[in-house]
Amino acid sequence: MMKRLAYFLPLVLLAILAAYFSAGLGRDPQTLDSVLINKKVPEFSLPPIRGFNAGLSNNDFLNKVVLVNIFGSWCVSCRIEHPFLMELKKKGVIPIYGINWREQNQDDGPRWLKKFGNPYSLIGDDPKSRGAIAFGVTGAPETFLVDQRGIVRLKHMGPITQQNWNDTLKPAIDKLRNR
Amino acid sequence: MKFLILSITLLLSSNFVHAVDPGEILKDSSLEIRARAISKDLRCVVCQNQSIDDSDAELARDLRILVRDRILEGDSDQAVIDYVVSRYGDFVLLNPPVKGVTFVLWFGPIVITLIGFICLILFFRRQKPLIQDLKKNNAEVKK
Repeated sequence: MMKRLAYFLPLVLLAILAAYFSAGLGRDPQTLDSVLINKKVPEFSLPPIRGFNAGLSNNDFLNKVVLVNIFGSWCVSCRIEHPFLMELKKKGVIPIYGINWREQNQDDGPRWLKKFGNPYSLIGDDPKSRGAIAFGVTGAPETFLVDQRGIVRLKHMGPITQQNWNDTLKPAIDKLRNR
Repeated sequence: MKFLILSITLLLSSNFVHAVDPGEILKDSSLEIRARAISKDLRCVVCQNQSIDDSDAELARDLRILVRDRILEGDSDQAVIDYVVSRYGDFVLLNPPVKGVTFVLWFGPIVITLIGFICLILFFRRQKPLIQDLKKNNAEVKK
């Protein structure tokens, strides 16, 4: 009897492998788990963009839940996301910090914000990706949720939409605020 | 023929084409060698199957410059690599470290090969008496 069962072993192994690989198929290799989750905001310090007074550094994260949004005027998805950020700003839902990533021209970022509106309360200029690398960013837009103690709690890749706002970001923010 | 020679020449010369811009290269060649070595082991997170040394992606270029700046500031090779890993995780290392989570990755193939060999040995051991029987039979038939 045992011997007979042994013949099925390859089939069982194949089934396990197939299940493992088919689970992997559904995963997007571009979405990396951030190593920063549940760690302090990385050390960084960025100057203001042209025409603004304040830049952005890791010292700006204290006593409030904030979003950090990596954006650039060259980034099409940021353009798609932008109206939603403006709405958050208008309703005063949550402060949003901006990292203006890799503008070719120093005026590009400010001009973009002037044209479409500025949803950010603080913006750092990041032409050489120092801020982006500190956050382990791989593309724009990316958004991080940081809690009152300056701990990174969530990373969102790609544009924020009403749907993923309702599904992940909003509940996470509510949870942090109700602690 | 000409086409073939040209293709082969181009193919071989492509080994010497790198993404590194002349402007990025450090003046101190010993530091530059270190930077190149580090860059070869760091994965470009945009294109994923290239090192930042090979990649033309802008983020890869910025990472190369960051590696060089850190070396200029006096960081050791390990400190530079540790910084990038602390931001992007072990994933950026093209040569993943041997530790708990990567154990299967490193030793899985060896274990599976061993299992295969054990199965082979068991199989042939079982075959031995059969083969001897066959030989005996053959000998008898020849008689």
